[in-house]
Amino acid sequence: MNAPAPGQLTSSLLYLDGVSVSFDGFKAIRGLSLTIEPGEMRAIIGPNGAGKTTMMDIITGKTKPDVGTVMFGGKVDLTKLDEAAIANLGIGRKFQKPTVFDFHTIEDNILLALKAPRDVRRTLFWNTAASQQKRIDDILGIIKLGDARDRLAGSLSHGQKQWLEIGMLLAQDPKLLLVDEPAAGMTDGETAETAVLLKEIARDHSVIVVEHDMGFIRELGVKVTVLHEGSVLAEGPLDQVSANERVVEVYLGR
Amino acid sequence: MITRFLLQNMDRRGYVFLGLIAALAVLMPLSNLLLPVGSAFHVPTSTMSLWGKYLCYALLAISLDLVWGYCGILSLGHGAFFALGGYAMGMYLMRQIGSRGVYGNPVLPDFMVFLNWQELPWYWYGFSSFPFAMLMVLAVPGLLAFVFGWFAFRSRVTGVYLSIITQALTYALLLAFFRNDMGFGGNNGLTDFKDIVGFNVQAQTTRAALFAMTCVMLIAGFLIARGIVVSKLGKVVIAIRDAESRTRFLGYRVDRFKLFVFTVSACMAGVAGALYVPQVGIINPSEFNPANSIETVIWVAIGGRGTLVGAALGAVVVNWAKTVFTSGFMAPYWLFALGGLFVFVTLFMPKGILGTAQEWWGKRRKPTPTAAPAPAPAE
Repeated sequence: MNAPAPGQLTSSLLYLDGVSVSFDGFKAIRGLSLTIEPGEMRAIIGPNGAGKTTMMDIITGKTKPDVGTVMFGGKVDLTKLDEAAIANLGIGRKFQKPTVFDFHTIEDNILLALKAPRDVRRTLFWNTAASQQKRIDDILGIIKLGDARDRLAGSLSHGQKQWLEIGMLLAQDPKLLLVDEPAAGMTDGETAETAVLLKEIARDHSVIVVEHDMGFIRELGVKVTVLHEGSVLAEGPLDQVSANERVVEVYLGR
Repeated sequence: MITRFLLQNMDRRGYVFLGLIAALAVLMPLSNLLLPVGSAFHVPTSTMSLWGKYLCYALLAISLDLVWGYCGILSLGHGAFFALGGYAMGMYLMRQIGSRGVYGNPVLPDFMVFLNWQELPWYWYGFSSFPFAMLMVLAVPGLLAFVFGWFAFRSRVTGVYLSIITQALTYALLLAFFRNDMGFGGNNGLTDFKDIVGFNVQAQTTRAALFAMTCVMLIAGFLIARGIVVSKLGKVVIAIRDAESRTRFLGYRVDRFKLFVFTVSACMAGVAGALYVPQVGIINPSEFNPANSIETVIWVAIGGRGTLVGAALGAVVVNWAKTVFTSGFMAPYWLFALGGLFVFVTLFMPKGILGTAQEWWGKRRKPTPTAAPAPAPAE
């Protein structure tokens, strides 16, 4: 690990330490610690109820932890910020169920996500510059929806919606992407293509992927963190993790 | 820049609407003033004022459509902003009466003399000035909407809860304005107006000018609302309507966008109220009645939510029907007819008159035999 720059507590992009949160007495996350380095792609697996989505909620500001530290870029305390502020810091999120704006065209979906000032005045008097239009066109090409740009997003198939949402993340150009089950409900072919796309994105972004599909994680070929009952059970390469007895017992074996 | 903002991506529907209102603005006053009373094309002054009232309602409906149709904020209290704008205009008109009132007091309106008040309350200061009163027409509803929205949207009050609070807001104002010691004329409200900017309110020419002014303001309101909804901000607002938390995760401060459209909409409703008062000749607390606000929602739903033009159309059609129904033997059944119409439109024409008409038009122009049949409405 590199030495932190002055003013930074850690050189990690994302740093969670001793995070706990409970809902009505149920401890969803207990003492979770996790670090993501700049440029790293990490896969997170775990059985249902392991706390994967709650962890994402904490990072993106939807849920506030009861105790623990959540630092971004070594100096920003994420627990003090709301969703919009965290998104503007450069943390993008793709939901498990694809959430696109059904009544907007595909192009407008990308436009809304495109990195740009988010205040009321500048969105009211917005003009799409040529360079921004080119970026939108590029992204539409990457997610293979260029020909469908004028269609309403609500008319897309499930797999296409997943891709559109990934395209929206690209448009946001965040430093860290949180991707929740990108391959859910996809055909094998689509899943393989999604893995290629994510690997491409990971070249210049840090990515956290939550996924159930073992084949998909194998294809990504990255470090894996196993969550169980709200804390880290094991961490390492997929082969090493899947050989771990505890992991087999709570998750893989059944 | 302003022109470009207002006219960007104007569609045919918009041009038809603008042309229609502009034609009304010119033709109706001309026919009223120039044609002889016996002519088949002469429009009586009462009819013109009646249509002036419809068009005020149309502006109110557009303002509601801006927040409800596009941002998903179902305001059941928009009548409050309309009434506040109306009261601001009413206060100006009261001050213009001067010593011509029944009691002949040069400063105090009649109802204050009647209550034995000795001097003008501070909040009536300045209302003898037309520009100040016009500023208040925008500022009072706008400020109330801003303060109300600031608390409601920051606390993330949404859906039915927000609707109930807006309803409570207009009801609270109804009760407050009924009180004599509020200084707004109690349950009689403000009436018996004489002059507006030096012209007799009752005069035919003044009526014609007020009608034309209503058309101009309706056009302005429509252009502003349309400019907003087709801008990128409009796309954000629709995104908020359809997936609020997703919009937040994209980095948009949802509360500020809601606050913006809510405040603009309230100002627009205030202008509609201000134009309404001199044409009907009275403003009283019943304008705050929650039923009025709910009726406005019905106009928008019937005309076509989220279309602006449809909202205006709904307001005119329903109010015209109301005039016809409530003036004959069918008068006792008007509320049943309105309720029935609302149920019918919700069940069989969920997109309202305008949306349904456009669907038919679209099908006739390019028949698509391969298209899947529309799902039958639920029985």
